[in-house]
Amino acid sequence: MMTFQLSNTVIFILAWRNLWRNHRRTLIMLSAITVGVWAMIFMTALMRGMVDDMLLNGIRNLPGEVQIHHLQFLDDPGINNSITAPDAKLLKALQSPEVKAWTTRVRVPAVISSERDSRGITLLGVEPGREVQLGFDISSIIEGRFLTGNNDSGLVIGAKLAERLETRLGKRVVVMSQDPDNNIADRGFRVVGIYKAKMDSLEELNIYAGLTTVQKLLKLEDKVSEIAITGKDYRHVENWFSTIKLVAGQTVQTLPWYEIDKYLGSMLAMMDGFVLVWIIVIFLALSFGLVNTLVMAVFERTREIGLMQALGMRPNMILYQILVESFFLLSIGLLIGNALAIGTILPLQDGIDISVVAKGMEMMGSSSILYPALKLNDVLLANIIVITLGLLTSFLPAWHAASFDPVEALGKD
Amino acid sequence: MTSIVCKDLCKTFQQGDEVITGLDNVSITIEKGDFVCLSGPSGSGKTTLLNAMGGLDTPDSGEITIGRVRIDKLGKAALADIRLHNIGFVFQAYNLIPVLTARENVEFVMQVSGLDAEERSKRSYKILREVGLEGMENRRPAHLSGGQQQRVAVARAIVSQPTLVLADEPTANLDSVTSSQLMDLFVELNQHHNITFIIATHDLRVMKYAKRLIKMEDGKIISDEKQ
Ligand SMILES: Nc1ncnc2c1ncn2[C@@H]1O[C@H](COP(=O)(O)OP(=O)(O)OP(=O)(O)O)[C@@H](O)[C@H]1O
Ligand SMILES: [Mg+2]
Repeated sequence: MMTFQLSNTVIFILAWRNLWRNHRRTLIMLSAITVGVWAMIFMTALMRGMVDDMLLNGIRNLPGEVQIHHLQFLDDPGINNSITAPDAKLLKALQSPEVKAWTTRVRVPAVISSERDSRGITLLGVEPGREVQLGFDISSIIEGRFLTGNNDSGLVIGAKLAERLETRLGKRVVVMSQDPDNNIADRGFRVVGIYKAKMDSLEELNIYAGLTTVQKLLKLEDKVSEIAITGKDYRHVENWFSTIKLVAGQTVQTLPWYEIDKYLGSMLAMMDGFVLVWIIVIFLALSFGLVNTLVMAVFERTREIGLMQALGMRPNMILYQILVESFFLLSIGLLIGNALAIGTILPLQDGIDISVVAKGMEMMGSSSILYPALKLNDVLLANIIVITLGLLTSFLPAWHAASFDPVEALGKD
Repeated sequence: MTSIVCKDLCKTFQQGDEVITGLDNVSITIEKGDFVCLSGPSGSGKTTLLNAMGGLDTPDSGEITIGRVRIDKLGKAALADIRLHNIGFVFQAYNLIPVLTARENVEFVMQVSGLDAEERSKRSYKILREVGLEGMENRRPAHLSGGQQQRVAVARAIVSQPTLVLADEPTANLDSVTSSQLMDLFVELNQHHNITFIIATHDLRVMKYAKRLIKMEDGKIISDEKQ
């Protein structure tokens, strides 16, 4: 009895030669696959680049690639979960050349009231000089000034918040929170500066006051909510993160940015979903062409498929032969598509100027230069999807060919 | 020893509202090593009978036994295996796979049945020489004449030494010289390899070669004589 050999060379010879029988159709389909695969990888790299950029801006909005908090602070960011300012040992570690800048902050939930309205916000007590070193962008102050020292009694609020509170530069507002004994602590501030942020939500959320001023208001003495530290490159936090964590000790929580910000983290997860959908949508468009190509090929070869069956080729070998042909087609398309995608992305590593369309993008927290980010996982995903789904789709025409009746097929003219 | 036994074969075709008789109670026994011609007017059922005997088509009723195997109730894959290992086919037209060379066409059946490359190539060169196609081994069908293509088909039909060769109007597209060369080849193979031949034909010159001549009409055997 015949054994069904997957390695039977005649299958491969037939599949390969049949593929090139109708040059034009094969070349058209190849170009479609190539362009499709290119679009999958290239656009994914652009989207990844955009998200990278948004993340970077997200980090800049409240700088500190590594932050030290009270163990419970992230779950309950209240006044009671404060920590002491850096001790001598930590101060020494912070001198490391890897550390670009660091600062301490008080960060508490509070309520701000103007004569018109009141809102829940986050009150930040900051060290203005260090905050600027860490990345606070002075040019984002569109009216008035930034804080000048830890004892500054002024308040800097976002433009959006000012609009909501119907207040403006020079007006007085009241900020109200709780001290560690659960007593109401409140204080009047004069608005000395108004800033603009990339994201409206941040503009409405964060207000800045001098560190010492806030510590006094909340009876915190010299305690702080967080110590924020920035290195030279947010992508390579690992290099110095562990040292800081070790020195900071077990009594506090030391985390890199990507574990602190749930929003930024979820953006990455959402992006993964996005990439998958994008790749599948392109594949669906391709699959129509693929099925059509194979259906045509099978139709044109009805008689010789009948002949092969008549001569004793089993139906499953006919099926396999069409699948191999489809596999060749997909593989060549993938090969060229990958090369093309990588070949077009690499020269763009220095960034693409998208300032023409950047106005709209700014709202999403993106800047006007886009750096495509080619990720191995995305490339693998595109390749795996095209091959597996492509073969699955080819099953239909292949099955059709295998189910021919040899006598009928031979009789077709 | 018998090669094929057919008992009470019936086959009808539905064409629109019309029921067409293909085979009407055909019973026939063919001995091993025989050289049989099936003749009869167009539409008399020659092709239908050949297809049934070759396991290409299943009859509506009746029994077909090749060697010791009942084939009338077998499934597609099993029939494919029977054809692959026992029967050589020569069809009237469209016999070759266009993307394969003459030699590859000849090797096709052996390759599907998994014979090793060395043996295949030895046999295919030898058989192509026997059918007079030496030097044309690497031509594709498009570059061979009708007669040469038909000889490649014959070479393929006999190369794996089947017990039975079924040929449906093998000379229909050939001139008389080529026809008689082909028939001489059949006779020689029949004598030297004891291969059973069953040939459906209209061609009187072909019928002269037959050891046994069967005439059909309206799906029935109307005469059956040894000569
Ligand atoms: N697939 C089919 N569908 C409908 N009718 C068919 C089919 N195949 C054969 N027939 C009919 O069955 C009868 C027998 O046909 P068959 O092909 O066996 O005749 P034949 O003797 O081979 O004729 P020819 O000498 O023209 O090749 C004919 O009337 C034919 O029209
Ligand atoms: Mg016929």
